[in-house]
Amino acid sequence: MKRFVIRRLISMIAVLFAISIATFCIFNVIPNSDPAQRLAGRHPTKGQIEAIRRQWGFDKPVYTQYAKMMEKIFTGDLVSYVSQVDVDKEILQDAPRTFSLAIGAAIMWMVFAIALGLYTAVRAGGFADRFLTVLALIGISMPVFWIGALMNYYLGFKWNIFPNGGYVPLTEDPLQWAYHLIMPWTALSLLFIGIYSRILRSNVLDTINDDYARTARAKGLPERQVLLRHVLRNSLIPIVTLWGLDFGAVVGGGALLTETVFDLQGVGQYVAESIAQLDVPPVLAVVMFGAFFVVVTNTVVDIIYATLDPRIRLT
Amino acid sequence: MTRVEPILRVSDLKVSFATDQGLVRAVDGVTFELLPGEVLAVVGESGCGKSVTAMTLLGLTRSPNARFAGSAHYGDTELLGASDAELQQIRGAKIAMIFQDSASSLNPVQRIGKQIAEQIQAHEKVSDAQARERTIELLARVGIPNANKRVDAYPFEMSGGMRQRVMIALALSCDPSVLIADEPTTALDVTVQAQILERFRELVAQMGASVILVTHDLGVVTDIADRIAVMYAGRIVEQGSLDEIFYDPQHPYTWGLLGSIPRLDRPRPKRLPTIPGLPPSLANRPQGCHLRPRCPHEFDQCAKTPPLQSRVPAAPAHLDRCWLSCDQKRELREIEPGVIGLRRKHEVELTKGGAGA
Repeated sequence: MKRFVIRRLISMIAVLFAISIATFCIFNVIPNSDPAQRLAGRHPTKGQIEAIRRQWGFDKPVYTQYAKMMEKIFTGDLVSYVSQVDVDKEILQDAPRTFSLAIGAAIMWMVFAIALGLYTAVRAGGFADRFLTVLALIGISMPVFWIGALMNYYLGFKWNIFPNGGYVPLTEDPLQWAYHLIMPWTALSLLFIGIYSRILRSNVLDTINDDYARTARAKGLPERQVLLRHVLRNSLIPIVTLWGLDFGAVVGGGALLTETVFDLQGVGQYVAESIAQLDVPPVLAVVMFGAFFVVVTNTVVDIIYATLDPRIRLT
Repeated sequence: MTRVEPILRVSDLKVSFATDQGLVRAVDGVTFELLPGEVLAVVGESGCGKSVTAMTLLGLTRSPNARFAGSAHYGDTELLGASDAELQQIRGAKIAMIFQDSASSLNPVQRIGKQIAEQIQAHEKVSDAQARERTIELLARVGIPNANKRVDAYPFEMSGGMRQRVMIALALSCDPSVLIADEPTTALDVTVQAQILERFRELVAQMGASVILVTHDLGVVTDIADRIAVMYAGRIVEQGSLDEIFYDPQHPYTWGLLGSIPRLDRPRPKRLPTIPGLPPSLANRPQGCHLRPRCPHEFDQCAKTPPLQSRVPAAPAHLDRCWLSCDQKRELREIEPGVIGLRRKHEVELTKGGAGA
């Protein structure tokens, strides 16, 4: 176990290194992305730009620039080229919002996907199965910016059931926190519920007539116990894999559409705005931040695996 | 002689499956009785319906396309068409099952002790600790060394033989009166097979349970069976005591089965005798006797289905489905009666010139 975690940490360093280089390179080859121009503000003179270029080190070779920027990320001195605001501060401010969105949505989509997947598998071929399958496909096909906008308009603005945007920290008022987040959670979950429940359904159908499920029935267990204790546990593993990946991605700013639609001002929204302005430092920092979480959640998922299926050894 | 009340009465059991090729009659009118304490072996080749018969008794034939007819009484309870709740009371507690492939029949992600304790707790109100204690006891009884440690093992940490012992312990855990063993030793190598059968026979005898042993291995049958039912293409074609079947087989299919066992006590034939042809497709079977296309002794009457009835005058309990007269059969059958099994008792009888025609 200890060796496993250490090994994962080492591989994480490799992942972060590769991703940072890739991101950095992308922004160096994009046309019209000269940071000196961004820093100089409107209508600068050639001399001003040159001065900034020298001052910030943009005249140095690319690898020196990269090294400098990485150093700044880890010392916390990284500053946005556009707003000159400290990137670390901004991420620290946005991360709790994104994290709140991710954790609530991840629980929501997992719970509903398991319930739906199991139910449709048990009723496979019946009316309920077909109806819910169509519903799941609709959930998968609806873009979040559209369903989010609809929710905002009807539930938020027109009928005033839920607040329109805004965020209350969990530490301030847990109830208000959840109340403000219900719409984003739901909008983000719909897609995942659709996908996960479909996958779980087919996994359950694969295992529901397996020999050990038959043994469980031959023991005289009620069907509900056969399903929950024997079938479900063996069907969950692929879902858990996906869950780790998706959760990591959402924490790392992957839910930028949801964040933007509901104006959550999370990490995703921040990175989206930074990309629009070709502002390298925040993008690089958020990408690293996201990659970090993807690797961490994957490590956690692998540990969950080993508990779900003792045949899997952590090495 | 007072008649012993059978513990299980199956009459005219029919199971068919609707498929693209038409109606497949997997089990076509199977009738038998199981007496308390006896071991009934159901033998036949793959696809003859023996496993489906066994599964159907416990309502484990789960297919939306399956159709059932006939009846199966356990005591006063009708098993066919019983509700799930009724079946749950019986499964594991009254009638327990031992499956063939212990590698896939045990839940791979659950400790074996838990899997056994789960069955005990499904039927009896006992605490976790008590159930665990009983599980350890059971594991020791089926011959698992270090049972108090192995109880926490996962199936993948055990050998095939040990896992099959776990399956037996599981089946015995609620002291059932009927055990259905579906090819219990087929997946094991011969030495382990012998050990496990021996232990199984001892335990069953101690408990006084009846056993339905589904197998295609006649060696296993001679080891533990009291009575044999030979199945072919969904029907029982012959039924009788171990000695009746082995020493005075009436049905040509039984002759073929017995004749295809390699023998150490005879000159080695060039080729091992086999039954010519293949079993019929269950969707499209011959009229009358199902063996007709493969049987060298077929005649006009075989186009009508022969009923399963007593045809040997001296043995009223020996039933078969063949129109030939008893004398004709004794003349025609190619295999000589004699030692087939491994039981020493039979060898003694043979040297005395005991059984047979």
